[in-house]
Amino acid sequence: MEPLLDALRLSLLVSLCATGLMCVVGLALAWVLAMRQFPGKALLDALISIPLVLPPTVVGYYLVLLLGRNGWIGAPLYRWTGWSVVFTWQGAVVAAFVVALPLMVRVSRAAIEAVDQDLVQISATLGKSEWQTTWQVTLPLARRGILAAILLSFARALGEFGATLMLAGNIPGQTSTLPLSIYSAFQSGNDDLAQQMALLLTLVSVVVMLLSNRWTGQRWKPF
Amino acid sequence: MEDHPLLSVSLHKVLPGGFVLDLSWQCHSEIVVLFGPSGAGKSMTFRLLSGLVTPDSGEILLGGKTLYSHARRINLTPQQRQVGYLFQHYALFPHMTAAQNILYAHPTPRTAAAQAQLQVLLGQFQLESVAWAYPGALSGGQRQRVALARALMRKPAWLLLDEPLSAVDLTVRRSIRTELKQLQRRLSIPMILITHDLGEAFSMADRLIIYDQGRVVQCGLPEEILANPASPIISEWAGHALPTHQPVFSF
Repeated sequence: MEPLLDALRLSLLVSLCATGLMCVVGLALAWVLAMRQFPGKALLDALISIPLVLPPTVVGYYLVLLLGRNGWIGAPLYRWTGWSVVFTWQGAVVAAFVVALPLMVRVSRAAIEAVDQDLVQISATLGKSEWQTTWQVTLPLARRGILAAILLSFARALGEFGATLMLAGNIPGQTSTLPLSIYSAFQSGNDDLAQQMALLLTLVSVVVMLLSNRWTGQRWKPF
Repeated sequence: MEDHPLLSVSLHKVLPGGFVLDLSWQCHSEIVVLFGPSGAGKSMTFRLLSGLVTPDSGEILLGGKTLYSHARRINLTPQQRQVGYLFQHYALFPHMTAAQNILYAHPTPRTAAAQAQLQVLLGQFQLESVAWAYPGALSGGQRQRVALARALMRKPAWLLLDEPLSAVDLTVRRSIRTELKQLQRRLSIPMILITHDLGEAFSMADRLIIYDQGRVVQCGLPEEILANPASPIISEWAGHALPTHQPVFSF
């Protein structure tokens, strides 16, 4: 049970951190894409969405180019701090974040766009700033869709494999998340462990899908 | 006083479909009714007046204050225009109770002053019994009163009511007409309302503005317009002969 619990603990840590990041960055991006018109909007939308269609290993490859010790961001970071994100659990967080971000942005953007614009406009005529309207009208009314987005992207982060392997590697106890541990166990002939982990991930995915379908399928109700 | 209108509107706007809105009218602290066929530009006028849509050119002056001026590059935001705007379907926040909807419009909703004002408005609009109900549980008339109370919460300098009676039962329309008239007399601010019902237009209006295809066809006191109609729809309604050379259909 020890390897399974280790992998589960690490997977939860990585996925929760990535989801936390997505709640801030992803929601902000979703709001900007839903509510604002600006030059380059289509390009930004496309850039965020690319991990949806690109193989995760390719995403991981680009992340290494960007964040590796010789990367565009990684090199100056290493010079200043002596630390690199490659082969660390934080690297796994970055990989999970980038791969799951498009789900977070797309689903929560759709939820924000579905809020009746009359309500946003009447709020302006009632003297409320855009910030007040966002917090008191838009987000509360879009909350079911946003919750579904958080759940879906959490599940995606939990299942991340390719980009994580490229950027964080597969170090037992340090970067071996559940999907990576399943691969290792299967490769080394430990079928029982692989099966237990696979069942655990399947169970989590089913629960997440049921919850997110339930939340996206219903209109807002007071209770 | 008659020489200095309280509200002076002169607007030009070309909409994406090519529809041109080009209008000019003035009014005092009175009930002004905008009447005209669907698509004549009445609701768009409200969007331009409230600042939700920016005109291409023109000017909006309210009581000596410039809300919009193309020439002087002034364009106050909707938040700054101190407008009480009633949307056609009221646009009540579905996740807030009637009381929360009304409180929302107060600049400082958590203060005792806001609570006191809420109680006054709830009493004035007979909403005490439904104060904690959500909009989905309210009747058409109650929703309209909540929306009106919400619009009044921030003490507007003028009121824009977009078809305030369209979603209300026929039986309560008459009493609401009277209530709206009393409200305007009490507040003594310009109350501009849109209607499709000509009977309603004549019974409510201190000043009537007839719209057609993005232009003001006629503007004046209801009795003047009735005596000298400048558009077929009014003359037909008033039982006059058609003023234009339009073909007479026979069946």
